[in-house]
Parts: sequence; C-alpha cells; structure tokens
Amino acid sequence: MTAPIVPDTHPPAKRGWWKENQQRLAPWLFLAPGIFMFLVYVIIPIFQSINISFYDWDGLGEATWVGTGNYVELMDDEAFYTSLKNNVIWLVLYMLAIPMGLFVALFLNQTVRGIRIYKSLFFFPFVISQVVVGLVFAWFYDPSYGLMNIVLGWFGAEPIAVLADERYVTYGIIAAGLWPQTAYCMILYLTGLNAVDPEQIEAARLDNAKGAKMLWYVILPQLRPATFIAVVVTVIGALRSFDLISIMTDGGPWGSSRVLAFYMYEQAFSEYGFRMGYGAAIAVVLFLIMMVYIAGFLWKMYRDEKGH
Amino acid sequence: MFQKAKTLTTAVAASTLLSSAVFAGELVINTDTSDPAPKAAFEALIEGFKAENPDVEVTWNLFDHEGYKTSIRNFLTADSPDLANWYAGNRMLPYVDAGLFEPVDDVWEENGLKESLASSVGSMTIDGQLWGVPYTYYQWGVYYRKDIFEENGIEVPTNWDEFKAAGETLKEAGVTPITIGTKYLWTAGGVFDYINLRTNGYDFHMALGKGEVSWTDDRVRATMNNWKELIDAGFFLENHAAYSWQEALAPMVQGEAAMYVMGNFAVAPLREAGLTDNQLGFFQFPVINPDVPLAEDAPTDTIHIPANAKNKEDAKKFLAYLARADVQTQINETLGQLPINNESEVGDDKFLQAGYEMLSNTDGGIAQFFDRDYPAEMAKAGMEGFQEFMVKPERLDAILERLEKVRERVYK
Repeated sequence: MTAPIVPDTHPPAKRGWWKENQQRLAPWLFLAPGIFMFLVYVIIPIFQSINISFYDWDGLGEATWVGTGNYVELMDDEAFYTSLKNNVIWLVLYMLAIPMGLFVALFLNQTVRGIRIYKSLFFFPFVISQVVVGLVFAWFYDPSYGLMNIVLGWFGAEPIAVLADERYVTYGIIAAGLWPQTAYCMILYLTGLNAVDPEQIEAARLDNAKGAKMLWYVILPQLRPATFIAVVVTVIGALRSFDLISIMTDGGPWGSSRVLAFYMYEQAFSEYGFRMGYGAAIAVVLFLIMMVYIAGFLWKMYRDEKGH
Repeated sequence: MFQKAKTLTTAVAASTLLSSAVFAGELVINTDTSDPAPKAAFEALIEGFKAENPDVEVTWNLFDHEGYKTSIRNFLTADSPDLANWYAGNRMLPYVDAGLFEPVDDVWEENGLKESLASSVGSMTIDGQLWGVPYTYYQWGVYYRKDIFEENGIEVPTNWDEFKAAGETLKEAGVTPITIGTKYLWTAGGVFDYINLRTNGYDFHMALGKGEVSWTDDRVRATMNNWKELIDAGFFLENHAAYSWQEALAPMVQGEAAMYVMGNFAVAPLREAGLTDNQLGFFQFPVINPDVPLAEDAPTDTIHIPANAKNKEDAKKFLAYLARADVQTQINETLGQLPINNESEVGDDKFLQAGYEMLSNTDGGIAQFFDRDYPAEMAKAGMEGFQEFMVKPERLDAILERLEKVRERVYK
C-alpha cells in the first residue's frame, strides 16, 4: 500500500527579496562594472569635452565662457580645413588595405612547404610598433640617403622629398600606414578563408566557375563577415592615424600633414598648445564625424539582428 | 580572517601615509635633465648640496626631457615638488600667471643675487617680482667649418654683404652655405630671431613678441626681405623641412655644408662626429643694419619653487646654494655652458670662451629665444610660418596675414 499523495497544503516558504528578484538583477550586477567604467571613461568625458569646447581655458587658470567662439574660430581656420581634408584622404585611401589584404590572403592561402613562415613574414609589419614603421618609412623617404630616392636615381629621376613637400606628404604617410594595415586585413581574410565551405567550391567547379567569377560569386559572399570587420578596423585605423604623423613629420611641413586627431592634440596638449577649449571643439567635430559612421554601424547591426 | 586583512591594510595605508608625509628636511626636486651631461651635472649639484646640508633628505625625480613639458603642468597643480626646473622669460609666464610659482625675491635679496646674477634680472622678473634662480645659459651664433672657409679663402663675415658674398663663394665651390633642419620648427625661429634682431633691434623684437606691433608692419617685411635674399640665393640646405636639427648636422660634418645658425649645444655632437677644433669655429651673427646695437639670443635655464611646495625653507636654501659662484662654475663645466653668476669661472673650452666674450660685450640686449620670448601660440604659428616661408617665399603676404590674425587673437 502506498501512501496517498497528499497535496502540500503548507504555503511555500517565504522567499527573500533577493531570491524573488535574482533573475532580473543578476545581469545588471554583472554589467555594473562595465557600465561604470564606460560611464566614467567614455560617456561622461564626451559631455565634459562638449562643455569645455565652450570655454577658453589653458588647463591651469580660470576658464572663460566664450560660447560658440571656438567653433566660429574653427570655421575660419585654414589649419582646420587642411586637417579635415587630410582626414578624408586618409579614410578613402586607407580602404585600399582591404583589397590588398584580400589578395595577399588569397595568395598565401595555399599549402606549400614553409607557408607558415611566409604568413608570419607578411603579418610581421602589424606586430611591430607604429613608431618603428614610421621611422623606417621616414628613412626610406629620406631625400639624400633614402632607398626610395636612390632607386629613383637609377632611373635618372630627381630626388623627391616626400615628407617635406606639402603635395606628397599625406600620401607618403598613408603608404606607410597601409603596410601594417594590409597585414591586419590579410590575417582577417586568412581566417575567413579557412571557414569557406569546400562543398560550395566543389559545386561551383562542377558548374565551371573559375577565376574572378569564382572569387566574386562564391568566395567573397562567404567572406562577408571578414570584410565587415576589415572595414571597421580600417576606418578606425584611419581615424586614429596619429602616431605615424607624429613620428614622420610632426604634422609638418607647416602643418600640411595634420589630421583632426593630431591637430586636436597639438592645440590641447603639445608644447605650444594648451588651448583646451579649442582642442575640445576639434574633438567634438571629430566625434560628430565618427558618429555618422558609428550610427551606420549600429544600424547595420540592428538590421542583422532583426534578420535572424 | 577578514578582520585581520583589514587591520593589515590599514597598517599599510598608515605606513605609506607616514612615508609620504613630509618629515622635517625632505626636499623633492623634479628636473627634465635626462640627457647625459645635464644629468651628470645635476647629480653632482645634488651631491654637493647634500654634503653641505646633511640634515636635508633630497629626493630627485628625473623626467624625460620632452615628457616634462606636459608633466610639469600636472605636478605643479596636483603633487607639487619643492623645486622644479624650467626656463626664463615668457616660458614661465603661464605658471606665474596661474599662481603656481612662488616669488623668491627674498632669496635674491639675502644672497646679493641682484649683483652676482645681474644679467638675468630682466628675464627672471614678471610684475616686478623675481620667480626663480637661473643657473646656466648658452650663446647662439654661427658655427662654421673653419677648414672649408680657409680652403675657399673666405674671411669670417662681419656684415651682411660679406655674409652674402661668403655664401656665394661657398655655393660656387659646391658647398651649401647654411645647414638647417626645420622639421621641429624651432630652428627656423633662431634664424628669424637673428635676422630680426639685426634688422630692427632688440626693442622691436621684444615689442613684436609682446604683440605691440603688427606682423604686417613694414619693419617685419624688412626682416623677411633680408631673409628672402638668403633663400633666393639658395643659402639653406635643400629639403630642410624633412630633417631634425640633429639630422642637419650630417651635411656639416661631411663638408657638404659650411655654417649652422645654432646654440652652443650643437658643439658636442659635432665634436663627437669627428670634427676637431681646427675644423670647427664660431662667429657672431653678422651686422645687417649698422645703426642697430648687436643683441644676442642666450636662453637661460632656471629652477623655481612651486607655490604648493611643502618644504619652501630648504628649497630656498637650495636656490641660494645653486646661485653661488663656485657651484655655478662646477655645474656649467659639466654642462659645457656658461654660468650666470658673474664671479664664476668660465670653462676654458674655446666655444665657451668665445660665447662668454661675445655676451659680456653685448650692449643691444639679450633675448631668450623665439619660443621663450613669444607666447606659445604665437611662437608655434610663427615658426610654422617661417618654415613655410623658407620653402615658399612667394607666400610671404599670406603668411604674415595669418600671423597677424593669430596676434589679434593671442594678445586680446
């Protein structure tokens, strides 16, 4: 005889407030340190910068309210437009790193003896510091002893002082920046290529696809995630292009290789700067430019999430 | 267990507090003397001070030379040392204005420094008070390849025409007359200083620095036109905007260039690169306008007491020590520069002697340097303009108008 199943008539033990809300609170608790850091180091400084940009302040003494004075001055500042123009050139030309990286990756995506060594050699420029890249290229461009001008000399060309000529200087620095950036994109594509589905390639082969068509219609669509990341890191890389400029030209000659980030640094923190308000105003403009891109990025993320 | 850990932390916190709290006689000195010679000079200076003041505990924080320019702003406001080195003239103005330096008139009074350091009273005074103690300075001028001058039969030029003629002869011999590297801009400021001092004189140069004269003034144009004569005649090293001042030493060492408008600190690397005293010489920048008394650039390095210093008493003792004739003799021997104290002895190096003689006989006034006499913003814009002018002299009007715009903003 089994004992009859008697329903438990005792009321459930009173659960604590914590137990009640644990499910809802736990995520926030885990997020708290991150949110705190993000607030303190990202969100609050954004508003502080916007605030400072309305003042004339040397970082030490009293700050004087100048309203939109800094922005009005920016609108009439040649150096600002030069920097803005250079930023655009950087953004456009830096994108070359993506196709270049793709082709290096395709080239290296084969199994021959010692391929790992070749891969590491191609990846090498990304590992070394930007400062070293800048120095190496500065020597490469050196008008009297640089390799580039020695080679140009063989063809009877006059030496070109790339870094001392306002016409070439930005392109010269971008070329230096493309070297490590290509390596970065290459590594992204190499990992992407590992994930390409061999069956699809097989199927495409059976349908007689090859060469460029195979690349465009079969491989590239499968590399979309890699391309997306490559675009993201390249845009960020272009906007942060600071160390190379600082090392190779220090913004010169006469400020013609500055970008907004460098100009902001110069105005706010360099030896002759300490115009915090003006620097902050440049930072705000740079932030707005980045916002366009960040908004686009978020929108794409949102759309992708919804698509699932 | 938890309790124990807590007491432990309190103990640790207390002990750190104790050790960082100032006990009687601790002196904290911050300097940017990271290069070999200045570092050695300060080591000796501090050792000497300790030997005479055994009760004072000296803590010396050595900063990287470039990094110091930004860190000084932080430590003066946040965690002030008792002494910090800096530069005379307009370069210390922001800190004086912000109330971060302490006036040290009493140190000057008590030790009779107004007599012994007389030459630098002007550059140390702001608003009628003295803000620090200078310990070294050095001359600017033209360093030249004596042997190349002799080979081409060139005498040391003393006026503008001789100077230009010397350049012509050098050019014909395939030698660049003047080497310069303007990548970091300030070298161009030195050339402007001299041409302006020689064309318009010290008072005008300083008035321009104070923003009292327009950059589009005809006298500024006169300076620039004199400069342009040299540029048009191809005096300056080609592609100078690509080189730092050190890189521009190379053509001079290799005999491809003959002169360098520079400070005395250029001598050490030139000697290291193998030039002997028979090959290397110094002369005063030649006269341009004979009616203008000769003025020179001679930047002065100084030590200050921050307003938030904790141990001002010992800091003042240190300044008094630093101002002494024998101490300045010793420190400048190591630095390879000139002492400020007029009772000190000048090292028997030929360039030091030449500089000492030149500066002792200077009656036109002693300027600090373009970026020390002119406010930072003006200096930056100015030097950038000079660099552009040296490559594109045809843009002179646009450059001067741009500088005038900066002047209107900076001095308002």
